[in-house]
Amino acid sequence: MSTPSHVAAHVHAPPQGFLRKYIFSTDHKVIGIQYYLLALVAVFVGLVLSLLMRWKLAWPNDPVPWFGDGPMLPEQYLALVTMHGTIMVFFVLTTAPQSGFGNYFLPIQIGAADMAFPVINMLSFWTTFVSFLVMVAAFFVAGGAPISGWTGYAPLSAVGEIAGPGQGLGQTLWIVSIAIFCAASLMGALNFIATTIDLRARGLSLMRMPLTVWAWFITAILALLAFGVLLAAGLLLLLDRIAGTSFFVPGGLVFTDKPVPHQGGSPLLWQHLFWFFGHPEVYIAILPSMGMASHLLSTFSRKPIFGYRAMVYAMGAIGFLGFCVWGHHMFASGMSPYSAMAFSVLTMSIGVPSAIKTFNWIGTLWGGQIRFTTAMLFAIGFVSLFVTGGLSGLFLAQPPVDQPLHDTYFVVAHFHLIMGVAAIFGIFGATYYWFPKMFGRFLNEGLGKLHFWITFAGVYLIFVPMHLMGFFGQPRRYAEGTAVQFLSAMEGPQQFVTIAALVTGLAQLIFLFNFLWSLKWGRKAEAINPWRSTSLEWTIPSPPPHDNFGGRQPVVHHGPYEYSVPGEPEDFIPQDAPPRPAPATGD
Amino acid sequence: MSEQVREVALESPWAGGRSPFAIGSKKLGMWLFIISDALTFSALLMAYTYSRVANPDWPKPFPIYPAVVFSTLMTVVLLFSSFTMVMAVAQAHKGNRSAAARWIVFTMLGGLGFIGLHMYEWLHLIEEGVRPFSNPWGAPLFGATFFGLTGLHMTHVAVGVIYLGIIAFGFGRGKWSAEDVEVSGLYWHFVDLVWMFIFPMVYLMSVQYEPAAGAVGMLLGR
Repeated sequence: MSTPSHVAAHVHAPPQGFLRKYIFSTDHKVIGIQYYLLALVAVFVGLVLSLLMRWKLAWPNDPVPWFGDGPMLPEQYLALVTMHGTIMVFFVLTTAPQSGFGNYFLPIQIGAADMAFPVINMLSFWTTFVSFLVMVAAFFVAGGAPISGWTGYAPLSAVGEIAGPGQGLGQTLWIVSIAIFCAASLMGALNFIATTIDLRARGLSLMRMPLTVWAWFITAILALLAFGVLLAAGLLLLLDRIAGTSFFVPGGLVFTDKPVPHQGGSPLLWQHLFWFFGHPEVYIAILPSMGMASHLLSTFSRKPIFGYRAMVYAMGAIGFLGFCVWGHHMFASGMSPYSAMAFSVLTMSIGVPSAIKTFNWIGTLWGGQIRFTTAMLFAIGFVSLFVTGGLSGLFLAQPPVDQPLHDTYFVVAHFHLIMGVAAIFGIFGATYYWFPKMFGRFLNEGLGKLHFWITFAGVYLIFVPMHLMGFFGQPRRYAEGTAVQFLSAMEGPQQFVTIAALVTGLAQLIFLFNFLWSLKWGRKAEAINPWRSTSLEWTIPSPPPHDNFGGRQPVVHHGPYEYSVPGEPEDFIPQDAPPRPAPATGD
Repeated sequence: MSEQVREVALESPWAGGRSPFAIGSKKLGMWLFIISDALTFSALLMAYTYSRVANPDWPKPFPIYPAVVFSTLMTVVLLFSSFTMVMAVAQAHKGNRSAAARWIVFTMLGGLGFIGLHMYEWLHLIEEGVRPFSNPWGAPLFGATFFGLTGLHMTHVAVGVIYLGIIAFGFGRGKWSAEDVEVSGLYWHFVDLVWMFIFPMVYLMSVQYEPAAGAVGMLLGR
């Protein structure tokens, strides 16, 4: 067997010195951890912002910590909405599951020594880091953070300070940060795709890739296609702000008695461009968690994943359909009923691959020897949240139902469950599963289970009442409704949700403590393969050496989920185990 | 039997251990970059089309002479630079390093010529009063889309000239492989291809039809 030359070309010597080893490293594992830690910082920033919002919603007339002696102003509330959404979507949900875990484990799971382009990989992280700094800087400039939401809706985002204090420099920084983030994501996506296509170990055919690898691969394709469009939209929005163009600003606009000199543009154009990116972005956030949950469910049920090929095709279908449904975010913006019908049918058709996946997850669990590790609990929690959040999606996919619900808490509850919390559960599950491989020590299982149960109950206690408030007509993005009679009746549920959110938020400190404590004092992962998993990362030491396989080129002979194969001495077969004697049962 | 099937399957180009397209990762990476950059330009062209359809007073300011003739000349210069790039790649694959470098320099001259002609045209339009936010003829977005689209394209040409300069210098001195030249060629042809969308959509669709536009305008029948 000849050594493929292109694999050897990517082997580089271990770096010396602190800077090259841990800061400007080209090692995909270090970069993966850097991404993960960036997301960890970002998620706590985003969490605190959301709790401040909840505080205002529950006790609108009381002072809020850090916001002076009086009640929080509506524009301050909107700034929190904007920054919470932006930080969570871009720097947590896009960063941790794809760039974090994907960077660390995609090359190892396909048997490669590193990514296809290690230097671009490093640049991609540091570009993301700069983007995060620019975004956070928006808090501290004159006027403060922008108020136009994570969607940056024009014309609010396009006309400058006239639209509000945060719409000056803060909004400009927001756009610049997003444009930088686009460039970083494109570099990452390109790298993931080239790595998956070119650097798979001998024998690792496409249909032997773990579902995690499939998920990262499909997500990278989505990112490659979607972020280019957001970059274009961001450039045009920036031109509107600094060059006086009016791509997104219609004529005759008046802000607080001041006419805006723009004319001829269309806010709908921004919505089209943004959501052409924005809907695939939802799947960029959730697909990696689907892959990781599939991986965990199979491992801890000691069963092959039910319907492997169907899982792959379903992820592909979800990715493809994700580009055909952006209009369902715009039902309430005014569109031809015929377009709305087409978008509606396409949107509901995503229910089919989603149902296939859910069916297969349950089929995987069915009759398995389930081990309720913390990682497994989070994977099962992911399935639960995916179902709950997905069902409300079928409501919202229908234009007549969406019209009254669109600007209410119903939508807030829907996308938080399916895109936010479900994806976060996938990240948590993956963290408990891979922590011993990454750091050589286990996370504490007792603390982990406590963390899981509080979080699992907490998110339902937060978001189920929000669905009901949405039905009742509670509008989203409003700082308070005390002056409105029917909204003042919502005081009780609002306070309930806030208390649930505070408790759930505090429970995340258990995770943070567990993470930091276990890094130093966690139980040592003596065995290379403590979970008795099949994929390649469990055939190398914890943590892995610089070139992953120590110069060895693994050869793969098995599918990714060969658990409990009849007649085998062990209940799992590592992917690189020698081939079984005939008759083979197929993979 | 089934083991035999397995080993045969290992010979498939997608069975791992090799690049299924039998090309280097750099070339694959450039193709992927081109796909994403094509999406960026597509989004801009969509925005242009959307604005054009949404504004009934969209101007059609370009007479056949000089504007369209001039932009056709720009197109020819750019197309010719693609031809010289093809020659450069062919020479690079033959191993003629200095010949390849010379053809790349011709390509760069074509790119610089395009930028020069384009800047001349920009200045002319600016003199006529076209701004990103207004123009003498109609919908103010005309200038915004014109400068936005052609500006981003020109930036790509300029980046390409620098990129080709680095490749020509390095390849001529014995660094890098013929595939690196080919990869830079991919980028150059892509930038050329983008222009082949901008030229009809921005110029040819904005031709002045009035007979006053000259003899050719009259031939067009309006």
